[in-house]
Amino acid sequence: MTKEQELFEVEIDLFLEALYRGYRHDFRHYTRPTLRRRLTQALGAFGCESLSVLQHRVLRDATLLASVLSFLTVQVSDLFRDPAFYKELRAVVVPVLRTYPSLKVWVAGCSTGEEAYSLAILLEEEGLLQRTILYATDVSSEALRAAELGVYKIERAKEFSRNYERAGGHRALSDYYTAAYDGIVLDRRLRANIVFSDHSLATDSVFAEVHLVTCRNVLIYFDVSLRDRAVGLFRESLVRKGFLALGAKESLSTSVHAGSFTEVDRANRIYERL
Amino acid sequence: MTPRESPLEELRRHDVRAIVMGGSAGGIDALRVLLPLLPATLDVPVLVVLHVAADTTHAWASVFPQCRLPIREAEDKQIAEPGSVTIAPPAYHLLVDDGSRLALSIDEPVNLSRPSIDVLFESAAWAYRDHLLAVLLSGANADGAAGLAAVVRAGGLAWVQSPETALMPVMPRAGLHAAPPARAMTLAQMVEALQTWQTRERYARGS
Repeated sequence: MTKEQELFEVEIDLFLEALYRGYRHDFRHYTRPTLRRRLTQALGAFGCESLSVLQHRVLRDATLLASVLSFLTVQVSDLFRDPAFYKELRAVVVPVLRTYPSLKVWVAGCSTGEEAYSLAILLEEEGLLQRTILYATDVSSEALRAAELGVYKIERAKEFSRNYERAGGHRALSDYYTAAYDGIVLDRRLRANIVFSDHSLATDSVFAEVHLVTCRNVLIYFDVSLRDRAVGLFRESLVRKGFLALGAKESLSTSVHAGSFTEVDRANRIYERL
Repeated sequence: MTPRESPLEELRRHDVRAIVMGGSAGGIDALRVLLPLLPATLDVPVLVVLHVAADTTHAWASVFPQCRLPIREAEDKQIAEPGSVTIAPPAYHLLVDDGSRLALSIDEPVNLSRPSIDVLFESAAWAYRDHLLAVLLSGANADGAAGLAAVVRAGGLAWVQSPETALMPVMPRAGLHAAPPARAMTLAQMVEALQTWQTRERYARGS
């Protein structure tokens, strides 16, 4: 390793420790290769020559925190991202959910809300939304604020609609939003049963007993130990025979908790709690 | 001036422990030549980024039916096994860390590409440093050039499909430009070096 690279590794450790000690934001167990990329980008954006400089600034100026976090928590999603997953959810999971008199769903790492709203639409069409509470949680308060607004750029509407149709939607996606200026605003009634709240898979614990956890393309940013902590929380949180849905390229096969779950649908990474 | 080492000598001196490959337009054609000719005795992981459409679902083994090494699409947090070929899933970046543990990300596209060759090459340069061989193939854009430069900076080896033999010369040219120590080679030259390297290493170890 060159001297520069060695220093960068040291500075990453110190920087993450500073965010944790200074602000209780814990990124210490995020996966290293992605952290390196994101922190390099942050350095460029802040015009800092080293992470030590950025660390100095963010520790003394809390107003910088939100934008630093936005580099560490970048997450992109779409309404009905991976349509096949939602189709399978309707076919396999919904019939079981229907048997419960009331439902709790946890969208872990909801980012700007796309997945939570997709689930709300799906549950509405299945006649289940009224008896459901959707907990949508994230570590980024900025993302949560955006999620609560439920406003997305109008350019994305076409892709969203295409996904929705391929996901087996019953109507037209435009039934669920109104277009305003350059954005689409999701229907308020979708929000009525969603509780957005701050929760860290790294430092917080279980808060409810739920029937379905979705956590898609979130664990890819965690190292093995943090991934296993998160899956442990899902395991504790889920009722017996509750469902866990992961991203299309994530798997429990390398997790210490693999034995607590059985695969319901391999292609769409839907698991059932034993 | 002492003559430059042969590709084979470099492979041996660097004790190469992983190979990363990247290509775009024409890259799949290059891999159809390259992968089947990799020696069955190859005992390092091969990681590949190809630019493909986001909704492609490939049974990769059927795309490269002649390959003697097991081929699979990357899954998050798997270990890239020596002697296997791992291909980045469409719409995900593929990265690798120490211990050949794979990491995926859906961060923004880089060079309009996800997966991006730069992302794989840069992460592998960190993970393997001078023990890495990076191979940049045919393509019509400049993704991979910065990654190749990072590999060279970290002390690794860089091979580029010679532009005049590539279906699309833009990517190889960009690679050679960004990483001047990179070697321009035909696919046949790459294969020859890799085959001889593995056979001799095996022989030397008495296996």
